[in-house]
Amino acid sequence: MAERFKNVDDVVTRLREADYLADPGIAGVVFLADRLEKPVLVEGPAGVGKTELAKAIAEVTGSRLIRLQCYEGLDEAKALYEWNYKKQLLRIQADREHETDWATVESDIFAEPFLLERPLLEAIRAEEPVVLLIDEVDRVEIETEALLLEVLSDFQVSIPELGTISGRQRPIVLLTSNNTRELSEALKRRCLYVHIDYPDIAREEEIVRVRVPEIDAALAEQIARVVRSIRSLELKKSPSISETIDWARTLLYFGTSQIDPKVIGETLHVLLKYQSDIVKARKELQVPDTGSPA
Amino acid sequence: MTTTETPGAEGSSLRPTLLDLMQGFVHELRAAGLPVSMTENLDAMRAVEYIELDDREEFRSTLAATLVKHHRHRASFDTVFDVYFSLFSHGIDELDELGALGGDGEDDGQPGVDGEAGQGAGQGGGEGLTREEMAAMLVNALRNMDQDALRRLAAVAVRQYAGMEPGRPVGGTYYLYRTLRQLDLDDLQARLMGEAKARGEVQEGALADRLAREEFEARLKLLRDLVEEEIRRALVADRGVEAMARTLRKPLPEDIEFMHASRDEMMTLQQAVYPLTRALAARLAQRRRRRNRGHLDFRKTVRASLSYGGVPAEPKFRNPHPSKPEVMVIADISGSVASFARFTLMFVYAMANQFSKVRSWVFIDGIDEVTRYFIESEDVLEAVHRVNTEADVIWVDGHSDYGHAFETFYNRHYTEITPKTSIILLGDARNNYHASQAWVVEAMAKRARHVYWLDPEPNGYWDTGDSIVSEYAKFCDGTFECRNLRQLNQFVTTVAENG
Repeated sequence: MAERFKNVDDVVTRLREADYLADPGIAGVVFLADRLEKPVLVEGPAGVGKTELAKAIAEVTGSRLIRLQCYEGLDEAKALYEWNYKKQLLRIQADREHETDWATVESDIFAEPFLLERPLLEAIRAEEPVVLLIDEVDRVEIETEALLLEVLSDFQVSIPELGTISGRQRPIVLLTSNNTRELSEALKRRCLYVHIDYPDIAREEEIVRVRVPEIDAALAEQIARVVRSIRSLELKKSPSISETIDWARTLLYFGTSQIDPKVIGETLHVLLKYQSDIVKARKELQVPDTGSPA
Repeated sequence: MTTTETPGAEGSSLRPTLLDLMQGFVHELRAAGLPVSMTENLDAMRAVEYIELDDREEFRSTLAATLVKHHRHRASFDTVFDVYFSLFSHGIDELDELGALGGDGEDDGQPGVDGEAGQGAGQGGGEGLTREEMAAMLVNALRNMDQDALRRLAAVAVRQYAGMEPGRPVGGTYYLYRTLRQLDLDDLQARLMGEAKARGEVQEGALADRLAREEFEARLKLLRDLVEEEIRRALVADRGVEAMARTLRKPLPEDIEFMHASRDEMMTLQQAVYPLTRALAARLAQRRRRRNRGHLDFRKTVRASLSYGGVPAEPKFRNPHPSKPEVMVIADISGSVASFARFTLMFVYAMANQFSKVRSWVFIDGIDEVTRYFIESEDVLEAVHRVNTEADVIWVDGHSDYGHAFETFYNRHYTEITPKTSIILLGDARNNYHASQAWVVEAMAKRARHVYWLDPEPNGYWDTGDSIVSEYAKFCDGTFECRNLRQLNQFVTTVAENG
């Protein structure tokens, strides 16, 4: 067993070194992933730091991050491995002159040099410690999910021509999902689960202070309060953590020391990206309509 | 709190107790409807070996990570957890150690009040605090966010105000209500605000006001949660774990019945509907894009074959012609089925981008088209509200009359039905013994592509009393029982897939 972390508190402290503030739920599940050697399914709204978590873990454990970005139409050839058929064709043509028999050719062309490694296989065969991030897994079709099952439960890949390739080590595996569809039970069963929500006010304030160190503590608190207030509205898209941080940077850049309605009105477009959301927030917070581009 | 104080866990026999508790816990989770598989159960067992058992939150998050795989099940999980492992936490005995309360409060310059409180609570009677004193101390604790003091005060409040009697078969909500009424959270809120303003901590202006108010609301929510926790703990101590878990068992959001949802359940439903509709819309879009593969494109295939030396290894297809059906939704919004219609309308509009055209009508005994409300309002909730308040649906007396509504629909809109139209009829078909005018549905079925009927009543109630579902159903392509979100979701998926 790798034992990358001593205990849950150790996870919290070390992630903090990578500027990632994990709440106890997140830290707990990362610790369990290490001990139980199980993948973690991380769900939550866009922009709460799901992908960041994987990056932070990779950073603090000194691992290489291997990322498989999922999209509709992702298949084996893009996720696992592919035979380099162009190279194979060349090889066959090159062999024509020597009149080699077919069996030799076949064993030649289905060998290591003709194999194109894709992220999953790469992670399995890695010698050095890695963190495997399977990003936005909800984007693949439900049928393609099955492709992941063998990797997730046994950490191995079966290639018909080469046999089964098992991992040399158990990396930490993170899957993220924006929950646009329900993932299959089979997949969920193989994973630990954590839902990351927008942070509570204290944590958000801390995140702002860690990510924008120059900021004044009182301003950070005000920022967190305003963002909470905006998130309580029914919007098309609530401000994400990264948008909060952007906003904090913007305010810092403007030399703001105190948030007042006018400042919010001028910078609201940093937090909200839909015009209808901006209009709504302006009305609710009673902020004047100044200077923000349409 | 050390685990040795847990009843039934004397000495080193903690392990079996924990195992038993965990088994009971998993059992209860399943009884509450959470799908906990064998693997997950074993994972949880393995996981607890690695963690510090005396850290309750760590224990909770460990179990949640291994046992709960749907975020919307988390609330149910937390309830069951609180019941099962309440004895592991702060321990009932601690309630008798409220003497510490006085010590805490003295720094705040109210020695008289606090001393008395500590004494009163210490005696176990809890009569020592007047409401005014209680409020003053709460305001103090809330202002400084002194969690320990809040917890103790919550305990005192429950003792003093809830009037709990051993063995009395009353749910926790009753005690919660009684306690909160005495605490008067609105008054506390007003005091906190007033105080903050007097100190000049809140600036002028609506924004500052709003932010301060939200901050205090969040703190009061914490107090409310603490009170609730306290009541639950007392109830578990009184009745035992299993009995308590049974009384607290609530349906999962997707299993709440539209027709009998309480106010709180309505809120839960409301919150569950939104992500579900989004997820559904995304799934439908995906499936539609993928399924409709067009015809083979011969020219492109030949062109592509050139790179394989003339072997057509990669067939190419034309882009599909999306057949976008039109949907007409006709919903009964009379009192008996209003909440059901509301959720259905929200669902239908979530799918709006899947169909070229969604039109909707609502009726009671008159009928009115409400499509425009959905187009005009950005927000589905606002649209539904406008439908309920502005639509002109009353013809005579405001009692459902399907016959008249359908007849009117026939006269005004029948010619607009095309062979591409799918019609969805929503209602319990309780027609108050009016004429059914089922011939309208028959005529619709002839002209439209599909006609579906959704009935929010349990199957067994159909055609009882004044319900005449089957008179209409015989002309429909399908009649579906649609009592909760799960069934509604299923129906929409089926329909959308059949186009």
